[in-house]
Amino acid sequence: MRLIRTAATWLDERLQLGAPIRDTMEHPIPRDTASWFYVFGSAAMTVLAFQLVTGILLALVYVPSAAEAWNSLQILNHQITLGWFIRALHGWGSNFMLAIVLIHMVQVFLFGAYKFPRELTWILGIFLLLMTLGMAFTGQVLRFDQDAYWGLGIGASICSRVPIVGPVLVKLLLGGPIIAGATLSRFFALHVFVIPGLLITFVGLHVLLVLKLGINEWPMPGRLVRRSDYRQKYHALTHTEGVPFVPYGVWKDAVFSGVILLAIAACALYFGPFGPSGQPDPRVIQTAPRPDYFFLWLYAVLSLLPPQLETPALLIGPVIALIVLLALPFVSGEGEKSWKRRPIAVLTILLVAVSLGTFTNMADNTPWSPVMDASTAASIPSKLLSGRTPRQIQGALVFQEKQCHNCHALGGIGGQRGPALDAVAVRLTGDQLIRQVLQGGGNMPAYGKNLNPAETTALVAFLQTLHPAGAAQAKDASQPPGAQP
Amino acid sequence: MSDLSRRQMCLRISMLFNGLVGMLLGIPVVRYLFSPITRGQSAADNRWVSLGAVDQFPSGQTRLATYRNPAANLSDGETAEIPCWVRNVDGNNYQVFAINCAHLGCPVRWFPQSRLFMCPCHGGAYYEDGSRASGPPERGLFQYPFKVLEGKLQIQAGELPTPGASAANRDLINIRSQRPCA
Repeated sequence: MRLIRTAATWLDERLQLGAPIRDTMEHPIPRDTASWFYVFGSAAMTVLAFQLVTGILLALVYVPSAAEAWNSLQILNHQITLGWFIRALHGWGSNFMLAIVLIHMVQVFLFGAYKFPRELTWILGIFLLLMTLGMAFTGQVLRFDQDAYWGLGIGASICSRVPIVGPVLVKLLLGGPIIAGATLSRFFALHVFVIPGLLITFVGLHVLLVLKLGINEWPMPGRLVRRSDYRQKYHALTHTEGVPFVPYGVWKDAVFSGVILLAIAACALYFGPFGPSGQPDPRVIQTAPRPDYFFLWLYAVLSLLPPQLETPALLIGPVIALIVLLALPFVSGEGEKSWKRRPIAVLTILLVAVSLGTFTNMADNTPWSPVMDASTAASIPSKLLSGRTPRQIQGALVFQEKQCHNCHALGGIGGQRGPALDAVAVRLTGDQLIRQVLQGGGNMPAYGKNLNPAETTALVAFLQTLHPAGAAQAKDASQPPGAQP
Repeated sequence: MSDLSRRQMCLRISMLFNGLVGMLLGIPVVRYLFSPITRGQSAADNRWVSLGAVDQFPSGQTRLATYRNPAANLSDGETAEIPCWVRNVDGNNYQVFAINCAHLGCPVRWFPQSRLFMCPCHGGAYYEDGSRASGPPERGLFQYPFKVLEGKLQIQAGELPTPGASAANRDLINIRSQRPCA
């Protein structure tokens, strides 16, 4: 024991780190910030460290070469002892990290922590969020499978839309004119060296600012922030009523971090690693590429935007979002901190959360994409076929063979790209149906070149039977009642 | 006082010196970083490659073909094998479409029954001649320039076609009007 103390003294005489570490641990914090609401920042840092460790463990086996990466993931999954578990920890760690960073951001926003004098802490946090998203995207590419390959194509297509420099950006992104070995190499360098280096530096500065400026006090409704006297008031909160960070604040941080690490391990154990999906072979085109969970909302937005709005929205939207986030502490740097008196802040969070949730949910169902195998796999409900004339039955065959079913549902089966046709005869007359089939329109391709007159007649005869029992068919008001087709 | 200013002078000279050294070293670093753009700035990215004998592509049909990326190297693995759709219009005229949807580059599939190309990502659809039928794409499918040489169908390829028209992509679009004879 004495030996240890002697060694410690010997070291500290040279390093002289003991006193600053003690000061940091014992720095006073406002009493009510030793709260379960103040644990997310430290948890994000813990998960970052966890990601660094599991990432290094994966790098022992992973081969960053387009020819070998997929195979090395298979070796990790199936041959190396517990390789699958380390992959799962890193993958789930990534999801947890993004989630915790977002929760941390929401908490900081609702508690007004971005206000004077912590503007720079908030701005560094915005960059940390961008880097975390960058890590998620580059990490998805390193899992070099089909989704990664086509995901890169999506990234390149988005970059190419930047005016003037778009094509140059694509080549810089891909490391050449096309997705190939050089692409994976540079994403490896980004994911393993560049972004983590920046991330560690920025986290260091972020935490330094928290120590220098002090943790945000618990917001009390009516206790306004003013540049003139904030520091004095805060000094009173910490130095007269405050408590030392260790042990008052730190034990909750430690418990929550431990719970998060356990949750990551539990998810990894129960759900296993993410992919890899099929080999990154561009010749395998029977695939429906999808981004990872945190980018699904973007996948939905890209489908729902009108074509002519897409490029402006893609290029201007993120810039506006970034400017709003960066400007926030300067626009509302003073005043009320408590979320109880900031209804717009609360509504903004709710709106963003509901929007992202809705888009993510839509991306799970992809109602905008044709069901590629509906023409062979989906059935037409028998009640729509029984008692029909041969021509109408023939029309049902045309409906199936010409793949109308891929976009139009009958009895809830089939694609949702176009409207369901269970009651189409109530909406459209025979002539209107013929026109719609032959000429298309309203986002439907024209089938005029692809259907002969007999097929068209049969198809429309079948479509005209599609109305609920008792509902009247659509009528052409310009024709006398007897002349309806 | 004069001693202090001499030290400051030395400091400034040393900083200037290191700035010059930094620039000298920085120029090759920047050129290295930008090599994907400077290397093969123009048509060198797109070279003629063979898709195989023309009789693999029967008249009136659209079939999947693959070519090896002309700039491929060993570390590319399977990513060097690029698919494309070949449409033999009438026995003499061809159209060679990029596999990448003009919306965001996902692989489009050909459906001979409905004579449409459909994209699995966001539901883009194209007619058999590659023109836009519906969905989010703003334009038709990308087309490769092609020629028939010694019974083989050749295309000029090597660059990922993307909606922002690079010089090479613009060539891809223009070639439609000057379709070479077989």
